[in-house]
Amino acid sequence: MTIDSSPRQVEEAPYLPASGADFGSGGPSAGRGPRTRPAWLGQHVGTALLGGIAGYGVGHWLGNLIASGYASAQGSGQNDVAVVLGLAFGFAGWLTGIGVLNHPLSKLIGREPLAEVPQQNWTRYVRFTTDHKVVGMQYLVGVITFFFTGGLLAMAIRTELLTPTNHFFGPGTYITIVGEHGTIMMMMASSVVVGPLGNYLVPLMIGARRTAFPRVEATSFWMFAAGYFIILTALPLGGFPTGWTGYAPLQTQAAGGMDSYLMGFAVIGLGMVLAGFNLAATIIHFRAPGMTWSRLPIFVWSILATSALLTLATPTLVAAGLFGLLDRTAQTAFFVPEHGGSSFLWENLFWFFGHPEVYIMALPGFGIVAEMLPVFCRKPLFGYRAAAAGMMGVALLSFFVWQHHLFQSGIDPDMRPLFMLTTELISIPTGFIYLVGLGTLWKAKIRLEVPMLFCLGMFFNFLIGGVTGVFLSDVPVDVTVHGSFFVLAHFHYTIMGGLIFAFFGGIYYWTPKLTGRIMDHKWGKIHFWTMFAFFNLTFFPLFIVGLLGQPRRVFEYAANLQVWNDFSSVSAFLLGASFLIFVGNFLWTIILNPRPAPANPWGSNGLEWQTPTPVPYFNFERIPIVLSDPYHYGEPTPVPVADLGPGLPAAGVIGTTLVPPTQLGPRPPL
Amino acid sequence: MTGGGTGLAPAPGPPSDGDDGYGRHHFRRIIAIWVVLAAVVDVLFYVLAGPHIPPGTMTSTANGAQFDFNVLFLVAVPVLLAVWVYLAYSVWVWRAGRGRPEPKAGPYSRGHLGVQTAWIATTTAVVLGLFIFGTYELVAPAGAGGGEGPNPAWAPASHNVLPIQVIAQQWEFTYRYPTFGGFETSQLVVPADTAIAFHVTSLDVIHSFWAYQLGVKADANPDYDDVAYTRTTGQLGQFTVRCSELCGIWHGAMYDYGRVVSLADFMNWAKVTEKTLIPVTRLLPPFSWTYTPDANGADGAFYPDNRDPYSNVETYGAVPAQVAPFDQAPKAKP
Repeated sequence: MTIDSSPRQVEEAPYLPASGADFGSGGPSAGRGPRTRPAWLGQHVGTALLGGIAGYGVGHWLGNLIASGYASAQGSGQNDVAVVLGLAFGFAGWLTGIGVLNHPLSKLIGREPLAEVPQQNWTRYVRFTTDHKVVGMQYLVGVITFFFTGGLLAMAIRTELLTPTNHFFGPGTYITIVGEHGTIMMMMASSVVVGPLGNYLVPLMIGARRTAFPRVEATSFWMFAAGYFIILTALPLGGFPTGWTGYAPLQTQAAGGMDSYLMGFAVIGLGMVLAGFNLAATIIHFRAPGMTWSRLPIFVWSILATSALLTLATPTLVAAGLFGLLDRTAQTAFFVPEHGGSSFLWENLFWFFGHPEVYIMALPGFGIVAEMLPVFCRKPLFGYRAAAAGMMGVALLSFFVWQHHLFQSGIDPDMRPLFMLTTELISIPTGFIYLVGLGTLWKAKIRLEVPMLFCLGMFFNFLIGGVTGVFLSDVPVDVTVHGSFFVLAHFHYTIMGGLIFAFFGGIYYWTPKLTGRIMDHKWGKIHFWTMFAFFNLTFFPLFIVGLLGQPRRVFEYAANLQVWNDFSSVSAFLLGASFLIFVGNFLWTIILNPRPAPANPWGSNGLEWQTPTPVPYFNFERIPIVLSDPYHYGEPTPVPVADLGPGLPAAGVIGTTLVPPTQLGPRPPL
Repeated sequence: MTGGGTGLAPAPGPPSDGDDGYGRHHFRRIIAIWVVLAAVVDVLFYVLAGPHIPPGTMTSTANGAQFDFNVLFLVAVPVLLAVWVYLAYSVWVWRAGRGRPEPKAGPYSRGHLGVQTAWIATTTAVVLGLFIFGTYELVAPAGAGGGEGPNPAWAPASHNVLPIQVIAQQWEFTYRYPTFGGFETSQLVVPADTAIAFHVTSLDVIHSFWAYQLGVKADANPDYDDVAYTRTTGQLGQFTVRCSELCGIWHGAMYDYGRVVSLADFMNWAKVTEKTLIPVTRLLPPFSWTYTPDANGADGAFYPDNRDPYSNVETYGAVPAQVAPFDQAPKAKP
């Protein structure tokens, strides 16, 4: 048996730590034994909220103390210094309240940190925890909260657009709704897969017991949660008129809600950086012996590519947000042209982050569908290397395309052909994903289970999104469609039609692992078909609306476009209703009337399915030794994917006599 | 399209149903369905929808955008249908539940060099073809109606270009005609059969001047002169102007309409308006490519940034045509 494994020792840690998980202790306090603290002093989301509110009060008071005499604040009814300091102190109070700072501060003053005893009851879901599975579930609740908040705002937008000139909302309210919808959805979509499924599944898929930096991972979630409250504070602070792109100088003249937007994005951005580098470090360093790069599940490749983007692109957003806050408070002039700044600077910084961000919102979807396809086709993944190379290629190219958002902005025209080229080049590695998908379907035995339906739906929708992206990259066509509903339809097809479809497929696919319960198939199929139909009926007409001349983010439009807009609105309401089917199904079969799932309901070879359910605290009793990639479906000689340890069956051989892996000969030639 | 031979090893025993084991008959069927469907849809689109695709044919750039859109659509249809036909075919023919045996992974189930190479070569060829086409369509009509900033990389060959300044502010557009005394009006009137340079600037935040039927879009940035060229055809009529960059709460209400009129009508309108507006023009800041808000004055005045506005390519109407040809006209002074 040739086991292709690194010379690393197999870690023999206890299954459950006797006295708390001790991650990376060191320094002068090491070895003194952990401190504990009575339960009533425990920290949870309630103390975090208290900390946040108290912090906001302190910051706001301080801001008024400092700046209420400033000319910019006097008589304007708005003191941005107070708002920004309030949000910053509130953010710090939130993190302190949840316990993010306990460990680093203890270490800083040389005191023994508190023991981090893994909680076994439900309260672990409302606490700062170093268990990647709990963080994953927290993220799941978080992104679904974001998603439904943004979705309700979308319903409000479509309501306003029912008539061209009669209004349900005032223009200020409407534009704030549009901005909140966009911002919340972008925040959600950046984390929708990486947060829940990435954090939960990556360690299981690579045979690790935890992520590389569990505290950083937990911090990333609580920053994400803080971002939700911060962006919602824009509503009482007067809203913001810029949409999710926040263009300056409009940003500079906007009301106090703009501070919430900038601070919210900066906070979410910090969380994204942390989540990204934690997962990247985990994937690079915490792979089990034998988990070579060519055996890595394709979903993990997609998370690696996404993590690279999160880590490298998001700092630009954080910096740009801080520049904006400085412009609004300290009267700097980053974005103020008449004082030496530039209105192009924000556009450049924002899209320098924003375009990699677009692929942060696409790659995990590719990963999910490529991971599920072999399971439901009962065939190996076609073109594994092409899939991995395609994702990395997309990630790399995504840094070189941002100016296609600025084709009509008047920025250096010489660069237009270059950015047209780089943008169109991205369709080549993206096409690899289609090659992989279509190749895997070839002569397969396709089981049309609910997750597979979402896979196929994703392939259908994303293709429209991708092809219309080529229209947008073509500068002459872009002159007409830039900034119109055509763009809006395009990116809803990629993000919602692609990523969100893949995400829901992933939910149906992995809930048996995440919860030990399985959702109802029949209602799942009804959910898919209603979501698929009404998604297309909502957004396809918007291509036509855009082409016929309706700009984005308007509350008044030409009367002859009302038919199209009304059709889209009614479809959007039904699309919204289709999610009620999901919610009902989820609540009934997962929570109210739990329906126990088989251990491996889809017959997957994936390592994540070889762990017991619920997954033990440290995932694997012994670090598994990985023997092959998980895609050996339909091959004449079954190959086990991993040796889980003495006394445990070799993982991944389904419906065949088990052969102890140590007695297996060399892998037979295919 | 992915190709034949991606499938299974040759099945033992005599192949039935024309199956050579690699499934080439499936491939042939998919190709046949695809070719027929793509041809039908492309022809239907080109005949029925092609001539009516926005932004129409009012200007050279609108015409170019329409042509470009049609070409892209004709290419996009086969791409979309290739994948959709394949998806539909595979789901229909290879779905489980009709007693189909477990598939047996053959030598090419994990990859096929020929298929993968063909796929990459095809997508690369399509992409590079579209890039070359798009670049030609961008450069040849002088920027295709998009804003090119103050130093356009591509300008009309003719010097006989009519400059019109578009001044955007929350939440309206006004227009100045520098070659007609620099009068400012809220009416946008352009002559037919004329090359036009729109000089788009803003007095506050970023707007975008979108003359929909003219196929012109250029962002309006404060302190910035964004030039977009187009050339009207003989088609007269009304066109829509909308702001297409979010500029605040009344962004949705920032639109108006312009007119394309005959050359004679335009000259008449311009001269009359210039004369009528003399008392107003006198109160305006002198014509300039950009205007900076007066940071020191509380009266909301604007400083003109450049008092020597005429470029050497845009001299339209600055000197009488019968005295000197436009392209040899002396640099005009305001």
